[in-house]
Amino acid sequence: MSRHIVPARVYFLIFLALLVLTGTTVWVAFLDLGVMNNVVALGIATLKAMLVVLYFMHMRYSSKLNWIYLAAGFLFLVILLSFTMSDMLTRNLISVPQAWSSLQ
Amino acid sequence: MASQPHTLQHHFEDLEQQFESSSLGMWTFLVTEILFFGGLFTGYLVYRTRFPEAFHLGSSLLDVQLGAVNTAVLICSSLTMALAVYWAQKGDKNKIVLFLSLTIALGAVFLGIKAVEYSHKFHHHLLPGNGFTFEGPFSDQVRIFISFYFTMTGMHAFHMIIGIGLMIYLIVRARQGWYSSEYNTPVEMVGLYWHFVDIVWIYLFPLLYLIGRH
Repeated sequence: MSRHIVPARVYFLIFLALLVLTGTTVWVAFLDLGVMNNVVALGIATLKAMLVVLYFMHMRYSSKLNWIYLAAGFLFLVILLSFTMSDMLTRNLISVPQAWSSLQ
Repeated sequence: MASQPHTLQHHFEDLEQQFESSSLGMWTFLVTEILFFGGLFTGYLVYRTRFPEAFHLGSSLLDVQLGAVNTAVLICSSLTMALAVYWAQKGDKNKIVLFLSLTIALGAVFLGIKAVEYSHKFHHHLLPGNGFTFEGPFSDQVRIFISFYFTMTGMHAFHMIIGIGLMIYLIVRARQGWYSSEYNTPVEMVGLYWHFVDIVWIYLFPLLYLIGRH
């Protein structure tokens, strides 16, 4: 088989990076950065997820077809989140017509 | 290696093609899992944007230390799983069994800590339902947060229990000598599943335990 075997050393490096990033995300959570707290927390989580997908899950060495499948899954996740939130966050922008509010 | 009909199925050209098919099938399943957990994360996001203060209050009821330790335990289990796959690719039966056993042990530690956390919530009447009591503002909305906490970590723990079951199967088969440097697809596929479960926790930890801490 011509499959790529990731050297064990790479796994240990990724493992250390994941531990350091976990420590960082806990440390940052106790600082007051305002909205940036969420951005940093999700950014670090996404970085960790990418390390796991690329190295532990061998995506870096996988076929293009696997990449397309993962990208499609991610695309639909983005659609799910963004379409839902574009509704939820804009409801108050539209005023309820007079005739309707008298029914409430 | 004489008679191992399970190595190459007759409808595949070679082991390479067989492996690629399994891999693509597993990723297809994982994409459905992304969207399954994605639904839970979407619900979480909707309610969190609606009741941000209550979600911060609810988060402060969780134990950051236990959550952080569990995150480290799960990352360790991902490393041992990656090493189990590594030794499967090298065809070392004993090391496959060793690292799968370590992964199961770490998974059990994670579930044990989770059980301790759950029992704390039970004792403080924080289980969502009629017995739920929270002495503080936004009691109803805090209950929504706690419901998300139990649903999301519960589904995650359920996935881990299935993963542990799959690894027990792999250990039995590995001891029977099923896996070699030519054929180790099942070990790799369960590895993908285990790492996916790790990724779900990577998002759950900051979103449940670390909001509103400053």
